[in-house]
Formats: sequence, structure tokens, C-alpha cells
Amino acid sequence: MTAVFLGLPTAPRGVGHLRGDRSFPDAARDALRDGQLRANLGHATATIRGKRAAVVGEVPDWEQLRQAGRAIKAATMARLDEHLVALEERVTARGGTVHWARDANEANEIVTRLVQATGTDEVVKVKSMATQEIGLNEALEAAGIAAHETDLAELIVQLGDDKPSHILVPAIHKNRAEIREIFLRTMPGVDPGLTDEPRKLAMAARAHLRERFLRARVAISGANFAVAETGTLSVVESEGNGRMCLTLPQTLITVMGIEKLVPTWRDLEVFLQLLPRSSTGERMNPYTSLWTGVTPDDGPQEFHLVLVDNGRTAVLADEVGREALHCIRCSACLNVCPVYERAGGHAYGSVYPGPIGAVLSPQLTGVEDNASLPYASSLCGACYDACPVAIDIPSILVHLRAEHVEAQTRTTPEAAAFRALSAAMSNPRLWRLAQRAAGLGRFLARGKPTLPAALPPPASKWTRTRDLPAPPRETFTQAWAREHGS
Amino acid sequence: MSARDDILSRIRTALGDDRAPVPEIARDYRTTDDRPDAELLAVLTDRLEDYKATVVRCTPADVAATVAGALGAALGDHRPEDVVVAPGLPADWQPAGAVEDDGRPPVALADYAATVTGVAVAIAETGTLVLDGSPLSGRRALSLLPDCLVCVVEAAQVVGGVPEGLARLDRTAPLTMISGPSATSDIELSRVEGVHGPRTLVVVLVG
Amino acid sequence: MKVALFATCLVDTMVPQVARATAVLLERLGHEVVVPPDQACCGQMHVNTGYRREAVPIVANHVRAFAGAEAIVAPSGSCVASIHHQQAAVARRAGEHALADEAAALAERTYELSQFLVDVLGVTDVGAYYPHRVTYHPTCHSLRLLRVGDRPLRLLRAVRGLDLVELPAADQCCGFGGTFAVKNAETSTAMLTDKMANVLSTHAEVCTAGDASCLMHIGGGLSRLRSGTRTVHLAEILASTEEAVSPHQSTQPAVSR
Repeated sequence: MTAVFLGLPTAPRGVGHLRGDRSFPDAARDALRDGQLRANLGHATATIRGKRAAVVGEVPDWEQLRQAGRAIKAATMARLDEHLVALEERVTARGGTVHWARDANEANEIVTRLVQATGTDEVVKVKSMATQEIGLNEALEAAGIAAHETDLAELIVQLGDDKPSHILVPAIHKNRAEIREIFLRTMPGVDPGLTDEPRKLAMAARAHLRERFLRARVAISGANFAVAETGTLSVVESEGNGRMCLTLPQTLITVMGIEKLVPTWRDLEVFLQLLPRSSTGERMNPYTSLWTGVTPDDGPQEFHLVLVDNGRTAVLADEVGREALHCIRCSACLNVCPVYERAGGHAYGSVYPGPIGAVLSPQLTGVEDNASLPYASSLCGACYDACPVAIDIPSILVHLRAEHVEAQTRTTPEAAAFRALSAAMSNPRLWRLAQRAAGLGRFLARGKPTLPAALPPPASKWTRTRDLPAPPRETFTQAWAREHGS
Repeated sequence: MSARDDILSRIRTALGDDRAPVPEIARDYRTTDDRPDAELLAVLTDRLEDYKATVVRCTPADVAATVAGALGAALGDHRPEDVVVAPGLPADWQPAGAVEDDGRPPVALADYAATVTGVAVAIAETGTLVLDGSPLSGRRALSLLPDCLVCVVEAAQVVGGVPEGLARLDRTAPLTMISGPSATSDIELSRVEGVHGPRTLVVVLVG
Repeated sequence: MKVALFATCLVDTMVPQVARATAVLLERLGHEVVVPPDQACCGQMHVNTGYRREAVPIVANHVRAFAGAEAIVAPSGSCVASIHHQQAAVARRAGEHALADEAAALAERTYELSQFLVDVLGVTDVGAYYPHRVTYHPTCHSLRLLRVGDRPLRLLRAVRGLDLVELPAADQCCGFGGTFAVKNAETSTAMLTDKMANVLSTHAEVCTAGDASCLMHIGGGLSRLRSGTRTVHLAEILASTEEAVSPHQSTQPAVSR
């Protein structure tokens, strides 16, 4: 069953950041030519791969945790409606207000209205994929509200007027020297003697944001997990910017995709082990905040939870693809992906880059709006191995390629070729003829062991950088039949 | 139809009429840890030091002196009233002259140099302290704004792994899990300690 | 044991010496080799490019061609992985449940060469002689879908005269990925460039692997660079002896040691 068939809406166009303006191969070309970018990505992903491998390796029951994580997420999706209703009830009972948003536009309207109601024109933000996805900052700006990103990497992206390129470390494409340059250029009152030492850069960010935290009246966050059973929300972070936002302002607005919940409190014992080791390669991240509604005299006294669909129910309708909703946004799949490492996050055109982005973005938008993404993988399988909730990303990629092929109403040259090949490969007599025809290609080689580099497309896509061997005079099966007289 | 009803109805459509049974969750991962206390304390110490936290051990009789010593080492010359403590911190843990948190506006806590609190539970394997908003742990802003945080942990509060730790907590309390000083990996994915939260974490381990 | 050899479409059409070497090796080990004449393809390229419906008749042909075989061996991790992980699934999705069941049953008797040698036949020393400096690239599908682990390395270590050198970043994909190499040619080439740099850093004469497809990719790049390092399939190395080193190869080391 597919979402199209069931009439479930995907994420709307014209709002948010799920669609690129170029296909993946086109966008990747720029990144591949940028030696600095490739060096930065190679260095950063190699660092994190090593750290992750070390801390995962020391957990003797990692595979059991991984399978439990997978099962919990599958159980969540199987009764998503019931868990959401339970969550709403508990949050409300504890003094919070729950809002529902069908899509990005509705979510942006709700948040804008909530901020306006407090009378403020600026908010502090905790890094949140959901708010990036729906383009909340732009919507707030349009309403005259300044949204200050407080996560260091988000700050780097925001100050540099750049786009995020990684789920965990949105500024992974920048190295320390580039970050120093951005800070010197954009931070009012920054020490002109600022060096590119990471600690000095972090201190500059601390000084820049300190006063904003202390004066903020409204904070906006995402959520890593919500517990349906208790109404508890959680944010997992490192710097303490999350705690500042979740603790100091009078009003907290949390924007969360409807899939980011777990049924029971106990389920957190699995994810709080899986997530930090998979994302930052730490045994535990420095800070995890858990809160349930409003606590008198401790933290925000007004709490709003905005539950966003924005195409998620369309993903849920796909029995193969729905596993992408299990993602806990650790980014381990990005860090091990050879395609991500070369092409970088911007090439994916969505806030969700890398292997998980290649299966999530096309499903949220409808596969035709991100048709090149399912092909942006060599299907090497490193992502599946690294995924802490065992999402079979390669299988979903292959599934989405088929969805794309089957959505075509006209026969493409590629489809015609694959159909002809299928006809040959399912009929031994035709297949032998086809092999014999392929063997004629050897004459193009004029006696050399390889074919000429100048071949027509699509073969030229191969021969531009690799030689193609000349086909042999006789196939193995022909030779064998001749020798064995059958 | 309200957005709520619409989304719930979409989910029901997506899942279909005859829903698949909810998959069984095998919890065959470790949920207990029978290592002796001494070993758990050693693991906790190792993990915290790995995060660049300072760990000092003392006997129950020496807590106040150890806390005072740790504050001296972390802050250097300071006035006793630069230190604010959780309202439920036992009197015999308190450094002389420290101010008790009295519920003043949270941003006022930024004026203090250091905080002393207790914890609800400590998790050895991950080097994690959990504060639960109780009088012993203090409210959340207390352990956040001053630049130096001293947490007193009693040996009996230390458990092995995350499952045991979470099982001991008040689920609806405002919880903060702290694993080392604040840090970031946002620059080239290399960890740097000290950003917005306390840049210094001292753990006084009692017992 | 009577072994049915699945040459795979690529090997059969483009590098028949790999299938030949597989047959020679199995016969030398005392087994009877049959080559079902109606074999063509496992269907992987169709499935992985999005033509899963069109893959179904290919799967049906494969199942027909190998019906009744006791054990099926292929010199390819990738094709065997497709037989194990994709064939039954695409048939089932198309509503062809009988075909799916047959494909699943056939998959249980289908082995990648190194798995067959080590697990089924229980040999690691196949009596081969290959006097060259060799580095081994574990192909992604043999590594992550079939979990062949160190079986190929154990086989290579037992080859007399062979100087095995470790490949840096061995588990990184070479960038082939079937139609990925064409649809995302630039990214594929960037991956290939790094793979070749690692291969060349070993100063090996030969880069080997269990998949002719990945070797065609790496070898195509090395040949374009005129690097002097060749790609040779694992089966060809294991089939080589003092008397008959696999086609076109010297029995003398190319580099003196």
C-alpha cells in the first residue's frame, strides 16, 4: 500500500527545507571539486568513526540493545495513534498545552502565534531538526521575530549565512580556520586576537550567547524522545545551551515530529545507551534534560508541545519505508557513508542528508520531488551496520528506486533497456544471442585488451575515468558446453 | 476536522484496518550489574575523569572539608558567599559561609562562582550524575549558571548501568543527567570541554 | 560432491576466465562441476536499479536453470547476496509465492566461493601457488551481506609463494555500486580514487577480491592510470599452481623479493 494510493499528504512544497533545487549528482559535483571541503569532511568523519567504534566496542550487549531499539520503535509505530493520545493526556495533566500541526505551514503558524502572545520579538533556540525541516526560523523572521540559534554548530551556520550539512554537526563542512573567520566577521565585540584553537572558539560563542540566554523570555526546542506513558520530553545535548533554553525562559515551545516518541519510561534505558555512543562517540553526552509538563518554581512556567506530521503519516503508510521513522537522528550513518564523505551534506538538498536523508526526504516529500536521492548510494551497507536501531537503509533505498521507476508514466530509454535485458535474461536462447552481440564489442577494441575511452553515453559515464575490458571471443558457458559436448 | 483528528485519522489509514500485532521487545540486554561497590566507584571515577571532571574521595565525616578544599582548588581565592548550595544540602556537607538557594530569580544565580549540590543517583558505566530537582539536587538553574559545579555523591547512590539508574528516578521530576563539564564536538568533531554549562565539574565521592 | 557453477552474467560475458578458474579449482579439489546451460543472471542489477518487476522473470529463469542442484557456487559475493536477500522478496512482492519459496530453498544451497571452500568443504589450503605480492579488497556485499569475514584471507594466507599485504581502509566501498557508477559517476570516481590510492600504497602487484564487478571497477581505474597493478579474482589465484598459473600470468614474481 502506498501513501499516494491512500491519499495521505506529503510535506507541502514552498515551505521548509526538504527539497533541493538540483539533483544529487549535479549538487555533488561542486562538493567533489572543493578540496578543502573534502579534507574537512574526511578529517571529521574519520575522527568520529574511530570514537564511535571504540565506545560501541566496549558494550558487550550492543547488539541486544540495538535489536531492542528496533523493536521498541516498531512497536511505537504499530500503535502510533494510541501513544500520541496518551502523550497528549499526560502533558496536559502536568500543565502543558499540546498543539497538532498537519504540516510545516500549520506548525510555523502555531509557533509564531505562541511567540507573539508572549509579547517578545526574539527567541533562543535549541538545535532541532524538526524546526529546520519546517523552516521555522524563516517563518518567525517574516513575522518580525528574531530566532537565535544557540548550538555552536548552528550558530556557525547562522552567522555564516550558510546551510547545515550534517544532522549532529551542521557545520561539519567548516574547519577551525573558517569558523574563526566567520566569528571575526560577524560577532560584535569579539576579541580581534581570536585564534582558531577550538577551545578559544567555544569561549567566544559562550561570551556571545551568555547575555541572550539570561534575557530570553521564550525558547524553542525540538525533542529527542517523548515518553507516552509519562508525558516526559527529553533533549540530549553537550554544550549546556539546551539547558539554558529549557530552564531559564518563562515560556518553552517544543516542536516534535509525531514519530519521536517511545511508549514507556523504561524504553529510555535503551535509547540513552544507543544514542550518545552512536552520535558523538561518547559513553554519555554531557547533558540530558527530561521534563514533564511544568514544574512549579523550576524552569519554564508555560510549556507548549507542537506535534508535527508534515508527511510522516505518508511514510507510515509504506510498509517497507516506514522503518525510516525509527531514526533517532544520531548521524552514525552519515559518518560511515562513503558517498556522504565525498559529496557532503549540501548535495542532498534537504536538512536530512546522508543515507537516512536519502530514504527519509523522498518519502516525506513524495519520491518524485527527491527522485535522485534513492540513487545517491553505492548500497555498500555501512549505514545499516552502524545504525543503532538497525534500519535497513539499503533495502529502503532499493525500494524507493522501484517506487520511482513505477511512478513513471512514459517509458524512459533506461526502462526500455532494462525491459529488453529482462526479456533476454529470462530466456536462455535470447540470452545467448545477447551475449554474442555483446561479444561483438571486442571489435571496438581493435585487438587491444580494453575498449576505447570515447564511447557514447551512458557508457561514457564509465569510460571517462575507467577502462572497460574488451569482451572475450567466447563466453564461459559457451566454451564449457563446447568442451563438454552438450 | 481539527488537525488533531485529521492526523490521528491519517495514522489509522496508514496502519490499515487489520493492524499487525505489536512486536515483542526482548529485553535481553544487561539490566543489573553485580560488580562490588568498590569496583563501581572505580569505574565511575574513571569515566568522570575521562570527561575531564575532578573526582575526590572522602569519608562521611570529611565531606564539608573536602568540598571546601575542592572549591579552593577550583576557584582559587574566593569569598565564601560566592558559593551557593542546594536548599536541602545536609548542613554537615556545607562549606562555611555559603549561601543557600532561596528561590531568587534564576538569572541571579549567574552571579555565583560555584554551586554545591547532592545527586539523586550516579551511573558508573557512563560517568553520569542525575539531579532530580529535589531540595538535595536543587532546581535546574542552580546546577547550570555558576561556572563551577560540585556534586556530592554517596557510595550507596552509585549503580552500574543506565537501566538501574533510570529505575531509581522520580519519572516526572525535572531531571538533568550530567556527564562531565559542558563540552562541544562541533569544531571538526573534536571534543572541547567547557561551553555554556559549568566549565568545571568536581565530584566528591563519599564512602 | 556435485557442484553446480553459477558463473554470473558479468563473469560469463566479460571475464570468463574467473568462472573457468572456479571450475578448475573445484575439480582439482575432487568435485564434479556442472554448468547448467540455461543460466543467465540473478536479477540483482534490475532490483537495485528499481526494476523489481522486471527482475521476477530473471529470478524465475535462474530458479529453473538450477532446479535440482545439490550445491550452487558462484564466484561473487554480490550475486550470492542477491540470491539470499532479494530473489524471494521480489517474487513475493509480485505475488509469485511458489517462485518465492523455490528461490528461498535454492538460496539455502547457494554459496559464495570462499564460504563454500571454508564452510562446506572445510579447506583453507587449496594447494595453490601464486608467487605475487597481493592485497585483498573485501567487497561490500561479501563483507556486510554475506559476512564472509576473514575466509578469503585465510584462503590467501595458505597460498604458497603469495605475499599478502594488508589494504589500508579495506572496508571502504570502491565506488562501484552497479548503476551507481554511471548515475553518480563523479562521486563513484572520487571513491575509486581513494581506493586506488590505498591499493597503490601497498605496492602490491595484484589487487584481488571475490567480486568481478568491483574488480572491473578498480581494475578499470588502475588500467586507466597505467599503474602496473592488476586486478585478479580470488578464484584465479586459488586455481593457480606451479604447473598452471591462471591465464596470462607469469609463474615468476614480477617484483623480486
